[in-house]
Amino acid sequence: MLTTTADTDVGGFPLYNGSSGTFLPVKEGNDAMATVKFDEATRVYPGNDTPSVDRLNIDIQDGEFLVLVGPSGCGKSTSLRMLAGLEEVNGGKIWIGDRDVTNLSPKDRDVAMVFQNYALYPHMSVADNMGFALKIAGVDKGEIRKRVEEAAKILDLTQYLDRKPKALSGGQRQRVAMGRAIVRSPQVFLMDEPLSNLDAKLRVQTRTQIASLQRRLGVTTVYVTHDQTEAMTMGDRIAVLKDGILQQCATPREMYDSPANVFVAGFIGSPAMNLVSVPVADGGVKFGSHTLPVERDSLAGGGSNVIVGVRPEDVEVGNEGDGLELTVDVVEELGADAYVYGTPTDDAIKLEGGDDSLVKPFIARVDGRRVPMKGEKIWVQPNSSHMHVFNAESGARLSH
Amino acid sequence: MVATLLSAAPSGIPEPFLRAESTLGKFMLMFFAIAFFAAVFGLVLFLASLFKGRTGEKAQGAIFAAPAVLLLAVGLMYPAILTIIQSLRGKSGDGSFSFANYSAMFTQPELLTVLRNTALWVILVPFLATAIGLLYAILIDRARGEAFAKALIFLPMAISMVGASIIWKFVYQYKQTDRPQIGLLNQILKVFGFETRQFLLDAPVNTLMLIIVMVWIQAGFAMTILSAAIKAIPDDIIEAARLDGVYGLRMFRYITLPSIRAALVVVLTTIGIGTLKVFDIVRTMTAGQFETSVVANEFYNQSFRYDAPGLGAAMAVLLFVLVIPIVTYNIVQMRKEA
Repeated sequence: MLTTTADTDVGGFPLYNGSSGTFLPVKEGNDAMATVKFDEATRVYPGNDTPSVDRLNIDIQDGEFLVLVGPSGCGKSTSLRMLAGLEEVNGGKIWIGDRDVTNLSPKDRDVAMVFQNYALYPHMSVADNMGFALKIAGVDKGEIRKRVEEAAKILDLTQYLDRKPKALSGGQRQRVAMGRAIVRSPQVFLMDEPLSNLDAKLRVQTRTQIASLQRRLGVTTVYVTHDQTEAMTMGDRIAVLKDGILQQCATPREMYDSPANVFVAGFIGSPAMNLVSVPVADGGVKFGSHTLPVERDSLAGGGSNVIVGVRPEDVEVGNEGDGLELTVDVVEELGADAYVYGTPTDDAIKLEGGDDSLVKPFIARVDGRRVPMKGEKIWVQPNSSHMHVFNAESGARLSH
Repeated sequence: MVATLLSAAPSGIPEPFLRAESTLGKFMLMFFAIAFFAAVFGLVLFLASLFKGRTGEKAQGAIFAAPAVLLLAVGLMYPAILTIIQSLRGKSGDGSFSFANYSAMFTQPELLTVLRNTALWVILVPFLATAIGLLYAILIDRARGEAFAKALIFLPMAISMVGASIIWKFVYQYKQTDRPQIGLLNQILKVFGFETRQFLLDAPVNTLMLIIVMVWIQAGFAMTILSAAIKAIPDDIIEAARLDGVYGLRMFRYITLPSIRAALVVVLTTIGIGTLKVFDIVRTMTAGQFETSVVANEFYNQSFRYDAPGLGAAMAVLLFVLVIPIVTYNIVQMRKEA
């Protein structure tokens, strides 16, 4: 009844490629280059003094899978919604390809979004849900059916096409939400914690499926999660946010090997990195009884204390009296190896990080065949080639 | 009323207790009524406790349902059957069996007018009230001062139909054009240089004028239910629709309307049933004169004023028959949703 404003183009880009006989996005020269650029993008909610997203700068390559990750309230979802056009941009610009989309309405941005709760239309069948955007865009009925069926085949939804979302399981609904995004073949996929409503096993499975599907389709994707494991396993690159400010944007490997600051160091990796505030000494830093050699240049401007970060797998259990003395609290046996949770015997030494007031344990990975007993005292020191040094004041990385 | 009801109860109840003439008597009556209720309740529980086990469950169910079934049978089924019989026994309700009352209803011009009016009411009130309520709910949704705006349109619901009718009778009040006006509507006509009119006398406009009162009352009800239904639509579904390219009217057509379908059906049918039974407004404003009568008003008139209980009963039966499909549809819809 209201389909008079039909346009098969969305934002000047063809929605589908009929000649190739497939609905899947087909690169068409520079036209289809879907880079995404956050340029000083800022969002301040009315009534708030501090911005929820503060001058965000990220360049996303065409076909890249970028994961926005951070604790709740860090602004990752807001950033995604700004890109979708669901949230106003109060400062800066957002680009998709060479189009400035800052002030475009969502429908003109050529993006498709997968919502946390899937946001399926309850009154429409699976097929209608998936084909809705095309119907609104005025695409021919046969064409819609064809593209929906192809997407359903990819997602293993063919037999459910006539069902209502109510009659589907959580995993199936999640796939319908994916299908709805795929069918549109948009320039950019946006995913807002699409796995958080699935059970643990399904989440791991679907994680892999989404990552491989994205690589197959080659569509630029921005993915939001609070789960650092998801971020590490899925992303080409990860952007870590905290309090609306971008902390670091790098590949998972880079993020893990050289975190830019204490926050990223503590957030990425599981179990988390041990972060200990230690005094600076001659020729290095004092780690318990042990002096760790650190280049003088790295310590310049670091004050009298620095934070040393060491991942559990880079902790070496040394001889008695050598390094930091720990009392073993808990031992987690994993078979091949074990994690030792201990507290420094010296009360003055506190570990940084942790999201509550609980005393954070020092975690060390040890050989599964030589595990210390509970209550035992052990002496640990970092493997000096895999050690991170941070400024105690600013939290910024000092070592290279 | 309670006294007469109780006096119909088995004998053996001391006579003075049932007279609610003095304050003491009233208190005694109240006490007796409560004690009687407690005794019946206790008896039901006691009887139910006698049955145990799987087969006992059915017996227990039957015992628990018994008082309600009994009261329904005495208070609803029995009079309904009597009414149907009465409607088949001529104008007086005690003559020989025939369909005379029903054929009169569908042939006598004045009774046909009653049917026409009822049809007008049932078609116009639910749709107008729902449309206005829906439009209002959408317009004020998330607007500033929403609570106040809602209260404003919901207030008529709090006024009794008779009260509302009296208010509107003032609005429609007629005075000759050259005299000072006390009716709002005629004053407006006068200001714009028109002759004042007898809104409640001129058929068929007068029926529309009465219908406006009902719409005024029911629009608030429709608005409240529909506004709640609109608010219950998850935000992310609206956002997904916006990303799919849906705005304005299409959002309404494809997302909002289907999402509140169930609430719409409830509102339409509830108002529909209420409208079929409308009596107070007509009775208060025109007493059914000037071709404004509706079925409920007419069956009262026939039964109690024109001394034709048989014809009145026939109209009551007609009303009953008309309500059935709406109620059935309502129940089927509710089952579908559940």
